[in-house]
Amino acid sequence: MDFEKFHREESGRILSTLIRLLGDFDLAEEMLQEAYAVALQKWPAEGTPSNPRAWLISTARHKAIDRMRREQRFEQKAEEIVKTAESTVAPVSELEEEMVADDRLRLMFTCCHPSLPLEARVALTLRTVCGITTEEISRAFLIPVATMAQRLVRAKGKIREAGIPYRVPLQEELHDRLDGVLLVVYLIFNEGYLASSGDALIRRELCAEAIRLGRVLCGLLPGQAEAQALLGLMLLHDSRRDARVSAEGELVLLEEQDRSLWHAEQIREGTQIVESALRRGAAGAYAVQASIAALHANAKTAAETDWAQIAALYEVLLRTHASPVIEVNRAVAVAMARSVEEGLALLDEIERREELEEFHWLPAARADLLRRVGRMEEAAEAYRQALAMTTNDIERRFLRRRLGEIERLNEPGR
Amino acid sequence: MQYLLLIYRSEAEMAKLPSAEMTAMYGEYGKFTQEITESGNYIGGNPLKPTATATTVRVRDAKRVVTDGPFAETKEQLGGYYLIEAKDLDQAISIAARIPGARVGSIEVRPIMPRTQAVQA
Repeated sequence: MDFEKFHREESGRILSTLIRLLGDFDLAEEMLQEAYAVALQKWPAEGTPSNPRAWLISTARHKAIDRMRREQRFEQKAEEIVKTAESTVAPVSELEEEMVADDRLRLMFTCCHPSLPLEARVALTLRTVCGITTEEISRAFLIPVATMAQRLVRAKGKIREAGIPYRVPLQEELHDRLDGVLLVVYLIFNEGYLASSGDALIRRELCAEAIRLGRVLCGLLPGQAEAQALLGLMLLHDSRRDARVSAEGELVLLEEQDRSLWHAEQIREGTQIVESALRRGAAGAYAVQASIAALHANAKTAAETDWAQIAALYEVLLRTHASPVIEVNRAVAVAMARSVEEGLALLDEIERREELEEFHWLPAARADLLRRVGRMEEAAEAYRQALAMTTNDIERRFLRRRLGEIERLNEPGR
Repeated sequence: MQYLLLIYRSEAEMAKLPSAEMTAMYGEYGKFTQEITESGNYIGGNPLKPTATATTVRVRDAKRVVTDGPFAETKEQLGGYYLIEAKDLDQAISIAARIPGARVGSIEVRPIMPRTQAVQA
């Protein structure tokens, strides 16, 4: 039995039930650890139980009861835990699949409670729902382990001290609270996808975890079309993972990517999921972005991309989710669909209006459009501007490469 | 006339106090409470849990906006208070969202520190 693999796949499920039974995150984690320790000893010798999950839950529960009994001071809470644990008359193996499903939702909604700081929600979800170690999470986000550990401690502390309940929100609150959960999943995916620097392996794992979470949410909440749309969006973006960075570690833009490296099966699945979500009425930001992603993903070549549709979709998105990033994307789509001049005009308007000090996409987009129409000196200037604003290693190398190409053109003598 | 006496102090500094001083301080609070109870001035009072346990609730365009952390706006000032019983934070948030002031201002939801917990601190 591959314990690590089992732990990664099952710990979220097991923890979610244990937290409900024991009423405390830390206690649940500790008791699960102890149960694993016993399993590591017994299972190789006695064989893996037919229901390992149930065995671990049962063992962890008994260890919690033992600990409660050993402690000298019985606080009221401890007595309650003992009562709850002992009163679960049915052996754990008879738990309905439904009950377990509810527990997983309880855990996700609790970890993503709006009363917790956003970064804490992300960390707690990765740690307890996905079973990723504190060390791995800190490496993914390039934060010292001690800081990440503290973040988790404070999050669990707040759940305890502020009285955050362990439950699935009521119908009338579900939609809003689900938005919060989807946001956390989306952030996890983006952290892995945008790969600003650092451990590429970890970042790929984050994308995989986010997709996994998306699948779980869609499975547990089949009526929620926006969750489906997010899953589709992630699958479509992720389908390009092997084409985005060259063998030498250089950034490859969408239009230059080798589409044979795109994962066709994933594109099919993602597209189907998005279409299904749209049919069910998904119309939020994820749904629109997913539609755009589907248009890109299903174009056989860059030239066949339906830029007019994409530009129209960005316009739809801007009506409800205005942001400079989206406006820049729209400007580029307009440039590709109608004319570069129109695109440039839109970019100029954004720059006039916004204070975008660290927003290197704008000059980078402008540089690219200028390059396309042969305005090389202006393009070079814009690339330099973009370079001054970005710290992302991979993006810097890309910008420098483009700048170099132009500078060689501008100075044929060199 | 009735008055509300709001206690402000540095949480960071409090955290640095040696436990003997903490205990002594709580003792002083107990004594003070007793004194003003005897004098007939005391109506109510509670220690609050630290700001790390706070949640802020606003209602904008009929939509509830819940954010982590204590109230921190410079353009809004304390205007009133409610002391409530709620089974958990979610219920407290729901109640807070119904306060008319939530539509134009912010409601900080801060748990009360139970006396037993405070004494042990």
